[in-house]
Amino acid sequence: MILRIIPVREFILAAAIFLLLLLISTRHAAFISPSNLANVFNDTAPLMILALGQMVVILTRCIDLSVAANLALTGMVVAMLNVAVPGLPIPLIVMIAISLGAIMGAFNGILVWKLAIPPIVVTLGTMTIFRGIIFLISDGKWINAHEMSESFTAFPRAEIIGLPVLSWVAVVAVAVFGLMMSRTPLGRSIFAVGGNPHAAVYTGINVGKVQFLAFVLSGALAGLTGYLWVARYAVAYVDIAGGFELEVVAACVIGGISIAGGVGTVAGAVLGALFLGVVKNALPVVDISPFWQLAISGSAILIAVAFNARAGKTRGRIILKSAEHTS
Amino acid sequence: MSVVKKMLASVALSAAMIASPVMAQDNVRIALVAKALGIGFFEAAAKGAEEAAAEIGNVEIIYTGPTDTTAEGQIEVINSLIAQNVDAIAISANDTDALVPALKKAMNRGITVISWDSGVAPEGRQLHLAPSSNSLIGNMIIKLAADHLPEGGEVAVLSATTTSTNQNTWIDEMNKVMGDYPGIDVVATVYGDDLADKSYREATGLMQTYPDLDAIIAPTSVGIVAAAQAVVDAGKVGEVNVTGLGLPSEMAGAIESGASKSFAIWNPIDLGYSAATLAYELAANGVEAGPGAEIPMGRMGTLTLDENSEGAMADPFIYDETNIDEFKSIF
Repeated sequence: MILRIIPVREFILAAAIFLLLLLISTRHAAFISPSNLANVFNDTAPLMILALGQMVVILTRCIDLSVAANLALTGMVVAMLNVAVPGLPIPLIVMIAISLGAIMGAFNGILVWKLAIPPIVVTLGTMTIFRGIIFLISDGKWINAHEMSESFTAFPRAEIIGLPVLSWVAVVAVAVFGLMMSRTPLGRSIFAVGGNPHAAVYTGINVGKVQFLAFVLSGALAGLTGYLWVARYAVAYVDIAGGFELEVVAACVIGGISIAGGVGTVAGAVLGALFLGVVKNALPVVDISPFWQLAISGSAILIAVAFNARAGKTRGRIILKSAEHTS
Repeated sequence: MSVVKKMLASVALSAAMIASPVMAQDNVRIALVAKALGIGFFEAAAKGAEEAAAEIGNVEIIYTGPTDTTAEGQIEVINSLIAQNVDAIAISANDTDALVPALKKAMNRGITVISWDSGVAPEGRQLHLAPSSNSLIGNMIIKLAADHLPEGGEVAVLSATTTSTNQNTWIDEMNKVMGDYPGIDVVATVYGDDLADKSYREATGLMQTYPDLDAIIAPTSVGIVAAAQAVVDAGKVGEVNVTGLGLPSEMAGAIESGASKSFAIWNPIDLGYSAATLAYELAANGVEAGPGAEIPMGRMGTLTLDENSEGAMADPFIYDETNIDEFKSIF
């Protein structure tokens, strides 16, 4: 009973992050200074936001591999908009980014819902399509810092009570998703669809529609991150965030979100992202050969997943003693 | 009717072909072939070629190229230049090998063929003009950092991936000449994988690990832009100078913010100027291109050819606040 009250998986992961921080501080003490931890959190914010969207999709037994391409396309579109109309207010740009991302997510969702194509195939396809579209609209050219307006690049950096807006966006997203998953019909139906789609149908849930909505949510978050990303690094080109989709999926998996759907928490996704963020930010400062860094990142992911798999294993129950004896 | 028309047309065509060498006697016609029209870099090269033409006098520059960067498009352009019987073709190739047959045909008709910027295989041209050489680039990237550190200091290298051939060669060449820059200490080499976010993170990590860092050298266009942004965000403008290889259009913001004092890359104007001058020397002055040859190229000095008949023009050109505005719209 006690095990069910304390979310064990999240607790272990949080402890692992804490241990990791201690370990890093023995090699580079300044890493755990509050200001640096705030930097690490800020740097991890995009990953965290995307992991929330990916979590919802994975919970419904789907996967969204197009998030990084969606991010890059939205980023390019808003950057080009900013160049064309420098006076466009930032709230409007944010709205455009979110809607554009949501539309791309809806496109994935429609294909999965109405045409019943496997999500991995759909998003693998749209991933390439989105990257291709960036090339088409930008002609392969970069949008550079000096072409973007001051307010466009300043927004994610602006500080509110000690933290940059980018971090606050992540905090708000986490809060909203936390509420949505636990307190709204949509949140509960997402778990239902992933846990047992057949049972979900009998309770009156439209499985395809829930999956569609999950893709829309993931797309909207990717669009939002697209603007934040481009503004933060002050550059937009075809390959931004290349390969980032795998990092997002890894964050979810490390966070204990079952790739088979139905199991996972917002806290898990956030901690998974933080774990990866700490590793990524620590590797450059702990003076480890760059040739080892990739291997270390990969091993960290494997160990975490193996650990999760063991921790999450529940013993099968024999419900028909007599049947066991007869067979 | 149509037969007569055709005959008339071919008569007219051959008349034109006979006529053109006569015209060529008073003007040396040099075709400068771009990878594609409408690219700032090549437009600037054409400007340089015009400058060379004005300097030499009896030279006419024909600036041309396909509408997209394909080898097929360039072959068509070459064929039409052969038909026009130009005196020289100076080409920046979209494909090393695909253009060889067409260019061989041109050479058989007595047309001088050289490649510049992006080369053609040795059998398809008389010489290749490379914008710079690995050793010149290696020396330049450390010189850029050292020039702003008269007292010496700590510098770090932010490269692309651990396996990028170009960057690794340049860093090797840089290490060879480190003896010429006493007091300059390369404290680390990190790899940003040519990803904006990873490069940014690595640059931030460098500034944390080495609080006294004076310069970051990034011989990659993604890395240099990301490092400049990281320096601005860390509030270290003026303390850490970001330099290396980048494009003026991408680096204009970094120069403006002061995160980068200077950086280098080829100068397309000089490149076009040199290509046109070399083509003229070969086509009109009877200079022979071959291994070991030294060919004058006006204000850019002389080009020395190696065993593959390739030569490097000059040091990469330095861009800073004095010239960035002129070049940022070019490429």
